[in-house]
Amino acid sequence: MSANSIYARRRITNVLAMLFSGCATALGLLFLVWILWVTASNGLHSIHLSLFTKITAYADQGGLSNAIVGSLLMDLMAMLMCVPIGVLAGTYLAEYANISKLGASIRFLNDILLSAPSIVLGLFVYVIIVLPMSNLTHGSISFSGFAGSVALALIGLPVIVRTTDEMLQLVPGTLREAALSLGVPQWKLTVQVLMRAASSGILTGVLLALARLAGETAPLLFTAFGNNFMTVHPLDKMASLPAAIYQYTNDPSPALHSIAWAGALLITLFVLALSLLSRLLFSRKKVRYE
Amino acid sequence: MNDRAAAAVAALPSVDARIKIQVRDLHFYYNGFQALKGISMDIPEKQVTAIIGPSGCGKSTLLRVFNRIYAIYPKLEARGEVALDGENILDPGYSMNRLRSKVGMVFQKPVPFPMTIFENVAYGIRHHEKLSKADMGDRVEQALRSAALWDEVKDKLKQNGLGLSGGQQQRLCIARAIALKPDVLLLDEPTSALDPIATSRIEQLVEELKSEFTIVMVTHNMQQAARCSDLTAFLYLGELIEFDGTETIFTKPGKKQTEDYITGRFG
Repeated sequence: MSANSIYARRRITNVLAMLFSGCATALGLLFLVWILWVTASNGLHSIHLSLFTKITAYADQGGLSNAIVGSLLMDLMAMLMCVPIGVLAGTYLAEYANISKLGASIRFLNDILLSAPSIVLGLFVYVIIVLPMSNLTHGSISFSGFAGSVALALIGLPVIVRTTDEMLQLVPGTLREAALSLGVPQWKLTVQVLMRAASSGILTGVLLALARLAGETAPLLFTAFGNNFMTVHPLDKMASLPAAIYQYTNDPSPALHSIAWAGALLITLFVLALSLLSRLLFSRKKVRYE
Repeated sequence: MNDRAAAAVAALPSVDARIKIQVRDLHFYYNGFQALKGISMDIPEKQVTAIIGPSGCGKSTLLRVFNRIYAIYPKLEARGEVALDGENILDPGYSMNRLRSKVGMVFQKPVPFPMTIFENVAYGIRHHEKLSKADMGDRVEQALRSAALWDEVKDKLKQNGLGLSGGQQQRLCIARAIALKPDVLLLDEPTSALDPIATSRIEQLVEELKSEFTIVMVTHNMQQAARCSDLTAFLYLGELIEFDGTETIFTKPGKKQTEDYITGRFG
């Protein structure tokens, strides 16, 4: 075979490979844009002030204020639970158990938790929190915003463990050696040098975890249950945006459907904003070591 | 002690200086693999000792024994004796804190901490000493001056250390190490990631620093060893082949292997 024919064949292969991968990318983007378009076009015209001021009890005359407040509250409580545990566990994996068998097993288990079906986590929390609470209080407290946030925390936890672990491992080993060679003890090195070097990456992981758990419906069905009235008490049944959307789309009333679309748009925008924010933080504050 | 090590001890350079680090029959193992085989050498005070040899000969390993930084990894083991001012640092009773404050280290790639320039230097000091704000300022300035960096950074001490150029970052790392006022400064290929101009600044700095510190430098650049050091040790496959005054090593080496390496016949 002559050099020219080899070259021609390589060019054709190259063009084909580029064509296929380009098509695949376009297909993925098409659906993403489509989803955004459908959500926006259906949701935008239903966004009124009453959406933020009225509760779901008024049904098609109402809004989603209690669901918005419930979602924000449960997301906040979930983050308060899973961020400290997740960051500490990820730190343990990266800095103390990096090459040990125990570390490898914990990583494996964390990956399982990461891919666990969220409805299973909801059932788990139902069994370990909702039922015992109900038995203890003879039914006066059963489903609660607290139980919902525990279920959400279980969704966010493995994401944070994994990103913290990975971000700390990206910090060059010589930075550890440099600090230790100054006589600085391991805990100071971890908190004052490594965490700082990995801070934007860890923060990105935290935001991604929030984006992930903010959109979850299944874990809330058996835990927070839902509530048509406004409440901020963590031991009350609590409304949430995803659960309200689920409930409204199962209803035959078109008015409720359009409120559900508006709620869907709100969640989408919230998650989108979180992703953009984490991108921004990661690109701007990233510490660069060659 | 094997023959070669004994020969090396016998061939110790005759420099009229106090011995700072005395290495005796040092063996080093990476998870069973022997990387150093019975090294014995005397490193004199306030001189520059260069360690040369082909990749994988154990020169960095030897350097990393001197502040026991290897000990942060599991399954690494050093056997033998390394006496710093007469005390064996391999003795488990020798305080790591004390060792690390007496022996500073600068690494191949400049790795400033993700902090301000000032904090980069102050960070290590703070762990060992409690200083007033004014004293700390003086101490940091002094370290940066000694590292020939002060004039370039005095107006931007509050900026992030990672914003400096590669050569400046490496001088910042040197400042960070000498800020603890160590006796010994270990340099592990300190210029291999730098451009020629930055390299020559560091080499100049090494020349200035030896009046205060005992310097041990690993380099794969033989010209650098010839230019900067007073003594040169040649390592090959974990053994100390020859250790002598730099001029002797580079003009009339005693061993065939040394001559072959220096003239570029292998390595």
